[in-house]
Amino acid sequence: MIQVDGLTKYYGARAAVHDLSFRISTGEVVGFLGLNGAGKTTTLKILAAVLLPSSGTVRIDGMDVARAPLSLKQRIGYLPEQPPLYDEMTVGEYLRFVAEIHGVPASRTPSAVEAVEERTALRAVHRELVGALSHGYRQRVGVAQALVHGPSVLLLDEPSKGLDPAQIIEMRSLLRSLRTTHTVLVSSHILPEIAQTCDRLLVIRDGELVAQGTEHELEQRLGGSGTVVVQVRGSAPAAEAALRGVPGVKQVTVASAEEDRVELHADAAEGLRPAIARAVVAAGLDLVRLDVGQDRLESLFLRLTRGTEG
Amino acid sequence: MRNVVLIARRELLAMVGTMAGWVILAAVLAVDGLLFNSFALEGIRRSAEVLTRFFYFSSGTTMVAAIFVSMRLLAEERQAGTLPLLYASPVQDVDIVLGKFFAGLAFLCGVTLLTAYMPLLILIHGKVSFGHLAAGYLGLLLLASACVALGTFASALARTQIVAGILGGAMLVGLLVAWQLSRVAEPPFAGFFAALALHNLHFVPFQSGVVHLRDVAYYLLVTWVLLFAATRVVEARRWR
Repeated sequence: MIQVDGLTKYYGARAAVHDLSFRISTGEVVGFLGLNGAGKTTTLKILAAVLLPSSGTVRIDGMDVARAPLSLKQRIGYLPEQPPLYDEMTVGEYLRFVAEIHGVPASRTPSAVEAVEERTALRAVHRELVGALSHGYRQRVGVAQALVHGPSVLLLDEPSKGLDPAQIIEMRSLLRSLRTTHTVLVSSHILPEIAQTCDRLLVIRDGELVAQGTEHELEQRLGGSGTVVVQVRGSAPAAEAALRGVPGVKQVTVASAEEDRVELHADAAEGLRPAIARAVVAAGLDLVRLDVGQDRLESLFLRLTRGTEG
Repeated sequence: MRNVVLIARRELLAMVGTMAGWVILAAVLAVDGLLFNSFALEGIRRSAEVLTRFFYFSSGTTMVAAIFVSMRLLAEERQAGTLPLLYASPVQDVDIVLGKFFAGLAFLCGVTLLTAYMPLLILIHGKVSFGHLAAGYLGLLLLASACVALGTFASALARTQIVAGILGGAMLVGLLVAWQLSRVAEPPFAGFFAALALHNLHFVPFQSGVVHLRDVAYYLLVTWVLLFAATRVVEARRWR
């Protein structure tokens, strides 16, 4: 379990994190959302005992990070934003070194390395130099080093950064597989990853926690709205007027208008789709497509992190 | 101690696994060899005199090599973004500093011991006192220890290897010219500067085959103070 109370970190006169408090239960996978400079990395560094807080306490499994960092660190796996890799070592040598430095007994090190390589699909590059690996493999080695000593708590700072779509799916699958065995706090800007892999979200803005809860709870808090994509055959002004007439639709924008096909984006709750369909048909237009916008979570994220909620 | 060994082993393997380590090794052997042939074997000299000159030249290459070896120790980790791995591991900050220091010292000791064929060459035409030889190498290793500690401290302070090298070089020059300051300063500062100087007062007896406990204590003290300071710098980084 992770308990953070009144966590504050100053860099000079600037507070990177201010009075941050939250709880993460054992076995929970929590997403840490925020724009660049919001304080996510600083918070993760403090949780990993890499940085010391200016004030406040962080307890992991009941132990204070500032007072008992050595014994605590064996329980933590930490992946910094830039994976800490030694390019001149092979993947196997590197993971063995990380396991040993985290106190894994020498007799158990080979099996620990083999197990984590299997889990992160690194067996094929066991003998490869880390410096010769592709970005995707390097990121995987970064995750492997966080897992190799069998920690109960995982702190992952942007684990999907720079990965291609196939690698993102693999990373997502890996994060899902950690759900039952680890307590995970993962920061990311790739929102579908957060939405699909995390039980709960923590949203940080300017070093302060501005919201927390499930994706659904956060959406409810913001009035339950999202983007509904409507494609019709007919005139753009008529379609726009029809959508504006639906109670609950806040804003309508014409995304594209080609020949007789018009795509509109309505700022509305997902549940308003039947009413939107009826309004389009009643206006004498042909409904071609009616869908929930893929940017729903992005929109939610931006409203939370830029402070325009409510 | 296990963590110190682990960190030192990784660092040492990195030194011999990259071109930089071999370049330093080759440069030290080449410069020492050239100086040995050009000056130590010049004309007809007594064996002890040749050996004294050899240790004098070697002390210079050892000091320069120590700065090149140690400038990477912590600054490179910072540059490469690998320091968080050590910070997040269950190791003390002093273990990190000692591991790095011992790796640098072990590498430099290896390089220094490879120069042993030069004094042994003197055996062909003369006599070498093994006491003199042992004292000279002890002096070189103690000097290397102090200089690697100085370089480790500079590496802890600097953000990049280049800055660490410049900083380490500047501090080394400062400790060397303390001897010159002692010649122009008034007592009691003259004595202070003379005692502080890294080379003249403390190394010269070793190169002549004389071991003073005072000099051994000086080099060990300089090493300890600089490693203590480096550890404090590493600890302070956790606040920033």
